[in-house]
Amino acid sequence: MMQDILTKEESLGLYRKLVLARFCEEKICQEYFKDEMKTPVHLGIGGEGIPIGVHHCLPPSTKAFGTYRNHSLYLAMTEDTDGFFGELYGKRNGPAKGKAGSMHLSLPEKNFVATSAVVGTTVPLALGAAFANTYRGSDDVVTVFFGDGAVEEGAFWESINFAALRRLKILFVCEDNGLAIHTHARQRRGFKSLLNIVEAFDFYKGSGDGSDLTEVIRVTRQVTRQMQDKPGPALLNFTYHRFLEHVGPREDFDAGYRQKPEPEDIKRLDPVLRFEEELKESGLQAQALEAIRCEVQEKIDRSVKTAQQAPFPPPEELFADVLI
Amino acid sequence: MTQTMMSYRDGLMLAAAHEMEADPDVFVFGLDVPDHKRIFGSTRGLVEKFGEKRCFGTPLSEDAMTGMALGAAISGLRPIHVHIRVDFMLLAMNQIVNMISNLRYMSGGKLKIPLVLRAVIGRGWGQSAQHSKSLHSFFAHVPGLKVVMPTTPQDAYSLLRSAVRDDNPVVFLEHRWLYDIEGEVDFEKIAPLGKAAVRKEGKALTVVGTSWMNVEAVKAAEILAKRGVDIEVVDVRSIYPLDEETIVNSVKKTGHCIVADYDWTYCGFSAELASVIHHRCFADLKKPVERLGFAPVPCPTTRPLENLFYPSAVHIIRTAEKMLGLSPTDLDGESFYSYENKFKGPF
Repeated sequence: MMQDILTKEESLGLYRKLVLARFCEEKICQEYFKDEMKTPVHLGIGGEGIPIGVHHCLPPSTKAFGTYRNHSLYLAMTEDTDGFFGELYGKRNGPAKGKAGSMHLSLPEKNFVATSAVVGTTVPLALGAAFANTYRGSDDVVTVFFGDGAVEEGAFWESINFAALRRLKILFVCEDNGLAIHTHARQRRGFKSLLNIVEAFDFYKGSGDGSDLTEVIRVTRQVTRQMQDKPGPALLNFTYHRFLEHVGPREDFDAGYRQKPEPEDIKRLDPVLRFEEELKESGLQAQALEAIRCEVQEKIDRSVKTAQQAPFPPPEELFADVLI
Repeated sequence: MTQTMMSYRDGLMLAAAHEMEADPDVFVFGLDVPDHKRIFGSTRGLVEKFGEKRCFGTPLSEDAMTGMALGAAISGLRPIHVHIRVDFMLLAMNQIVNMISNLRYMSGGKLKIPLVLRAVIGRGWGQSAQHSKSLHSFFAHVPGLKVVMPTTPQDAYSLLRSAVRDDNPVVFLEHRWLYDIEGEVDFEKIAPLGKAAVRKEGKALTVVGTSWMNVEAVKAAEILAKRGVDIEVVDVRSIYPLDEETIVNSVKKTGHCIVADYDWTYCGFSAELASVIHHRCFADLKKPVERLGFAPVPCPTTRPLENLFYPSAVHIIRTAEKMLGLSPTDLDGESFYSYENKFKGPF
């Protein structure tokens, strides 16, 4: 039960983040074909609860690394919709002044350190950040998020091995939608259980339904407690349903490689609806939730307008920030 | 000012030791770094002095270990990641070319990457196709990386210290044969990255050399000097950023230029240099720039074929003679570098 692990304030804060991530991506869908936002978007609708839940369990000093499907993680850690849309519109007010776009978003000053559009490439960076924590005697955990496709990359296994060898405090979080672009796990994997293999490396492990924010938090807390008691790495595997196409704002069920969920399944697969239901069951007034939704939508609309009106980076910016 | 005679390998070792003393954030790691051979002696004494926290070996995981170095660098540490052969860095090219070179730009200048990637270029005694590459053209091709090739013990020391203090990623390539070279090293001397050095002054022709080719070029210059032909030797030292001025000033003076690059010529650094020199010295050149480099084949193992693979002082002499319209110098009685004198393997 939600009430057993979350206070009312926490629940409302989490709901706000869920709605923020969802509404931002819905706004992208609405605006995308105006052709002003010239950046490939890998939308995470359906998976918002995973980064939001995991980072809810960790202090703000926790460094995080992510993938090209990074919007929810960015927004969970920063709530910076101005910078977010500025970057997506390629404008000067984006955190990378438009040079990163959606696929390489980062905000190092908020410990959202780096993301990448090459699968698996930020996984080893987490080793370095965790090594630096150990080097300096910090107790902080480092998180790294990746999709289930990344698990087939060599760098992933090299990183698992080194994290285990050094007992680094890294939370490896697999955002498992069962698809590497359009290819199902069963067509790619010569093994049955990722968790069992990783357990052989002396990892802490946890898994659950990533569409259920409460479960994400419960599992993450369990594992981070173990990591604090006796330092070492952990793997969390959260399944979720990717509602949209691999890249772009549309559905692609007509392509035939997967089934569209039945209407009765949507409530279970949609983390926003599911959490909302829980909040209502716990006695929260629908009005309170409506107020949050309105406030978030206004914030997003303001940021989109700001981004649309913001200037592009000046020509000299082309040459800035290659080397120091 | 105190000058000490030492080998190139000791220059490397002391540069790391002095930087580690000066800055607790500097650490050295890589495959075989703390084993009994110590990367041909270039990491000798570091683990004893600074402990396993700051000097350690790794699993055979070049890709992830390079990403680890990047992650540590953007977290404020200053890693020196060592590869016993440049060829093994190919396993880390994804991190080097997709991540290390890009991350500062992609973060809008927020991330700083003070990272040194040291690697040894092998040669001789059967190093062959997979232990002999220099690849500086590969690295220098990509914006976001600095690339350095020291030739002397002084440069091994001073350039490594500069590389460690640089806030950018630096690829630092060391020719294995240079490890045995001895020279005066002044610890106070600073060699900034991005500056070439004139190894020998002359008026007749400029040889622009990289890495080991400077040794060959100086030898060629010594031989030609006996018949009154004075060759200028310019050691590029820094592949990127490139010190065009020192090179261009030399060629403007001599009007003749051979680029002697320690690499294949096709699409290589020698082509870049030839282009720069032709463009900037067009009116001063008396002949087109000539390029010397590896034969366009994988490096063979057997010695007679390997001898044909590498450019040498003899190639420099013969090319210079043609450019200057000189009769061939009698090379009987001249002794050229032979690695058998110092290096008999196996590794």
